Amino acid sequence: MAKSATKTIPSKTGKLLEVREFVASEARDFGFSDEDISKIALAVDEACTNIIRHAYQNNPDHEIAITVEKKKDRFEVSIVDEGRRFDPSMLKPLNLKEHLTRYRRGGLGVYLMKTLMDKVEYNSLGDKRNEVRLTKYLHPVRSRR
Amino acid sequence: MSEFKVNHRDGEGFSVLELKGYLDAHTAPDLETTFQKLLTDKKFNIIVNCKDLTYISSAGLGVFMAYIEDVRKNRGDIKLTNMSPKVYNVFDLLGFPVLYEIYKDEQEAATKFRQQMKKG
Repeated sequence: MAKSATKTIPSKTGKLLEVREFVASEARDFGFSDEDISKIALAVDEACTNIIRHAYQNNPDHEIAITVEKKKDRFEVSIVDEGRRFDPSMLKPLNLKEHLTRYRRGGLGVYLMKTLMDKVEYNSLGDKRNEVRLTKYLHPVRSRR
Repeated sequence: MSEFKVNHRDGEGFSVLELKGYLDAHTAPDLETTFQKLLTDKKFNIIVNCKDLTYISSAGLGVFMAYIEDVRKNRGDIKLTNMSPKVYNVFDLLGFPVLYEIYKDEQEAATKFRQQMKKG
């Protein structure tokens, strides 16, 4: 089993299905349940959607690199862009009920990513590259969260 | 495989949207267009049948959020039905069951609309 695999896509929402299929197939190989596979694919979709909409502001002429890394006990997905940097500290913690009752659409993707994965990190890689790194443990331990 | 399809039909006093395929940031604009048309036609009682909806992301959920306020202001509602457990799970994670009526099948949602119409 390859330890890592990369897929690079143009920054178009029409490529999201391909990304979900790529990540789901890798997650299946790693041994995740169908439920976890769906969660990982959705989290990666949300990350790419945010990059397309916000980092690249819907400009389709850029690239997003999605790399799956299979570690001993965990599955990590690195999603790299060269767009506007997202500063997670700018995002207030989301009060879901209040958010929804005011019919606000933004921020739901970030909330979902955090809920679906064990860890969500934002890294600045230099050369204007930004990374979102999503981690899911194969056998989660409650204390790890 | 077709990506996403919305089939629109009208019942007595309500409209039904049947969703098929996957609803993500790419296909959400198609559903927005359909909702926009319903609102322009003053059709505010809407049942969304999710039987053949295989996938939804927050971009898809955002469409329901964009229109529910206008629909309810006009004394209508968006009622969701026939969700697969996988799709329901995403709605549930985002707290939608508190704000939206979700029914097992279309019949239940239609009955509810009829009761509401009787009350006037």
